[in-house]
Amino acid sequence: MTRIISPLSRRRFLQAAGSAALAGSSLSAPALAAGKVVKIGYVSPKSGPLAAFAEADDFVLAEFRKAVKDGVKIGGNVYQVELVTKDSQSNPNRAAEVTKELITRDNVGLVLVGATPETNNPVATQCEIEQIPCISTVAPWQTNFIARQAKPGDPASWKPFEYTFHYFWGLEDVIGVFTGMWKQVATNKSVGALFPNDGDGNAWGDKVVGFPPVLAKEGFKLTDPGRFQNLTDDFSAQIAAFRGADAEIVTGVVIPPDFTTFWNQAQQKGLKPKVVSVAKALLFPVTVQALGKNGHNISTEVWWTPSHPYKSSLTGISAADLAKGYEQATGKQWTQPIGFVHSLFEVAVDSLKRAADPSDGAAVAKAIGATKLETIVGPVAFGAANVPPFAAKNIAKTPLVGGQWRLAGDKYSMVITENGAAPQIPLGGAMQALA
Amino acid sequence: MAVIDTLVQGALLGGVYALFALGLSLIFGVMRLVNLAHGDFIVLAAFIVLVGATSFGLSLPVATLIAVVAMFCLGFALQRLVLEAVLGEDIMPPLLITFGLSIVIQNGLLLGFGADSRRLDAGAFETRSLEVVQGLNVGLAPLLALIVAIAVILLLQLLFYRTALGRAFRATSDNPEIAQLMGIDHRNIYAVAVGISLAVSVIAAVAFGIRANFDPAIGPARLLYAFEAVIIGGLGSLWGTLAGGMVLGIAQTVGARIDPEWQILAGHLAFLLVLFLQPRGLFPARRA
Repeated sequence: MTRIISPLSRRRFLQAAGSAALAGSSLSAPALAAGKVVKIGYVSPKSGPLAAFAEADDFVLAEFRKAVKDGVKIGGNVYQVELVTKDSQSNPNRAAEVTKELITRDNVGLVLVGATPETNNPVATQCEIEQIPCISTVAPWQTNFIARQAKPGDPASWKPFEYTFHYFWGLEDVIGVFTGMWKQVATNKSVGALFPNDGDGNAWGDKVVGFPPVLAKEGFKLTDPGRFQNLTDDFSAQIAAFRGADAEIVTGVVIPPDFTTFWNQAQQKGLKPKVVSVAKALLFPVTVQALGKNGHNISTEVWWTPSHPYKSSLTGISAADLAKGYEQATGKQWTQPIGFVHSLFEVAVDSLKRAADPSDGAAVAKAIGATKLETIVGPVAFGAANVPPFAAKNIAKTPLVGGQWRLAGDKYSMVITENGAAPQIPLGGAMQALA
Repeated sequence: MAVIDTLVQGALLGGVYALFALGLSLIFGVMRLVNLAHGDFIVLAAFIVLVGATSFGLSLPVATLIAVVAMFCLGFALQRLVLEAVLGEDIMPPLLITFGLSIVIQNGLLLGFGADSRRLDAGAFETRSLEVVQGLNVGLAPLLALIVAIAVILLLQLLFYRTALGRAFRATSDNPEIAQLMGIDHRNIYAVAVGISLAVSVIAAVAFGIRANFDPAIGPARLLYAFEAVIIGGLGSLWGTLAGGMVLGIAQTVGARIDPEWQILAGHLAFLLVLFLQPRGLFPARRA
C-alpha cells in the first residue's frame, strides 16, 4: 500500500479500496447476491443542441459502473446495480417518452437526470405521475419547482412534490454572485442586460424575482432593451441602447452563438464595457476558446471546478482527481457537468442504501428527502433553511461562486474571483476589469 | 444617424443571409430541387474549414479554398450517386432524400466532433471596424461578407450568361429532354450545379463561422432564413436572392429598434407581406 504515491494511482487505489469494501460485504451473502437487482434509469441529451451537457456521461457512467460492479449493500442484502440510459435527443417530448419507457418497460426503481430544464422537467413530471422517485440537477431550482407547478404564476397554489427531488443553486444565488463580482470593479454601475425570450431570460428579467429589484436596491441602473429570440443574428439595437446608457457592465443569460454575435458586434461598434458577466454561454471551455482572445476576463457563474474542496462519497475521489481523470480519459478540458453528473449517482446510492426496501418507490422517495450527504459538488441536504419553506421538501441548494476565464498562453482557465456566499471554496484571484 | 445605422446593419446582415441562400437558389433554378439539407451542408463546410485551420494549421483562406474543392466534389458525387436516382416527375423522393441527408450529416458531425459550439478564428479581423462617419461603425467582417456575396453573384451570372456551361445550365433548366437532343448530358450538368451550390455554401460557412458559433445541430435553424430570402427574391433569380436577404436583414434590424422582441418576427412578417403582394417574389426569373 505504501508504494502508491502518485495522485493517479491514489485515485485507482481509492477505487480499488471502494470495490474491495463492497466485494467484502458481498462475500458474506453470495447466495442472495445473485437475484437482487436495483435498476437506475438515467436520461440525458446525448444528441441535439443540448448534447454538450451529456458530453461527460460516458466517462462518469463508466466510473460509476466500475464503482458498483460488485453490488451495493442495502438493508443486509447485496443488490446488483443495473444502469439503463436513454437519450432525450434534446427534445422535451422525447425526454418524457423515454422516461415512460424506463418506468414501464425497463421497470427502473429510480430515475436520474441532470441537463437543463428542457430535459429535467418532462422527466420529473413523468416520474411524479408514475410514482417513481426522481433526482434531478443542473438547472436553477426555480425552473424545476415553480415551472412544474399547475399554476406557476400563483404562489398560493404551489404544492410540494412527493417523488421528485432537485438540487442546484437558485436565481437569488446567481444574482448575488454577479453583483458581488461587479462591486469589485470600479464602474458607473450602469448595467446593460441581454435577456432572451426563453425560460431563463424571462426569469432573470422578472420584475419580482429577477435582477431588476435587487439591482435597484444595490444602486445599479439597469438597461433592459427587451426580450429577443434565441439565435438572433444582429444585436445593433441592444448595442445602441447600451451605448446610450453608457453601460460599463453587460450581463445576460444567452446561448453561445448569440453571445459571440453580440460580442463581435459590440467590439466592431465600439462598445467597451469594463465587466461582462454572462451565464449559459460560457459554461464550457470550448465555447470560451471559440472566442479567441476576446474571451479573456469574461466572467460567469461557477457551480463546480476541480478546485472545489470536496470529494466523492461514492469513491472518495477528489474534485481535482475526477477532473484530471476525465482529461486523461478523453483528452478534453474538464467541464462543470462532470461533478454534478457524478454527484447524482452519489445521492442515488446513498438514498438507496438508506431506503428500507429499494424496490418500494415511496420508501426510496422518503430516503431521498432525508438526504444529508457531503458530495463532490458540496453538501446536499433537503429540508434546509437556505431554501424558502414552500420548496424545502424537494429542493436542496449547492454552493455557487463566480469566476473569470483567463487566457494563459493559448488556453483558457477558470479563476474563481467571488465566493461571498460560499467562502469554503477558495478564491483564485481578484476580479480584473476588461482591457 | 440611428436610422442610417439600423439600415446599414440590416443590409450587412442581408449579405450573410444572401450567402446562405445562394446555393439553395442555384440548385432550385437549375433542377427544381429543394435541398432541405442545405443548412447542414453549410455546417459541414464550416467543420471542414475548421479542421483545415486547426488540425492542419492552414490559414483561413487556404483552408477555405480546399473546402471549396472538397465540397464541389462532394456535391458532384452526391448528385451522380444519390440524387440522380430519385430525380423525376415526382418532387417528393428527392425532398425526402435531402431531409434524410440532413439528419445523417447532423449525427455524423455529432459523432465526429461532439456537441461543442465551435467557431472559425479570424483573429483581430473579427472585431475590426471602419468608422464611416462619427457614430457609424461598420464591421469589416460583415462588410466583407456582403462584398463577397455580391462578387459570388457576379461570377455566377457571368457563368450562367457568358459561358457554354451556363448555356447548358439554362437549356437543361428549360427542358432537359430537348437539351439532351442537343447533345448535353443533363446528368453531368445537374452534378456540376450541385457541386457549385455546395462550393458556394463554403463561402457562407466561413462568413457564418466568423460571425457566430456553429454546432452540429444548428443547420436547420439557419436554413429557414435562406428559404425566405430565396422566396422573397423570386425563385431562380440570384440578384433576387440578394435582394431577399437584404429585405429580411433590414426588416429584422428595424423591428429590433422598435423592440428586440420584434426582431425575428419582423423578418417573417416582411416575408409574408412580400408573398401577399408579389406571390412570385420581387424578381421572378423570366422563364419561371
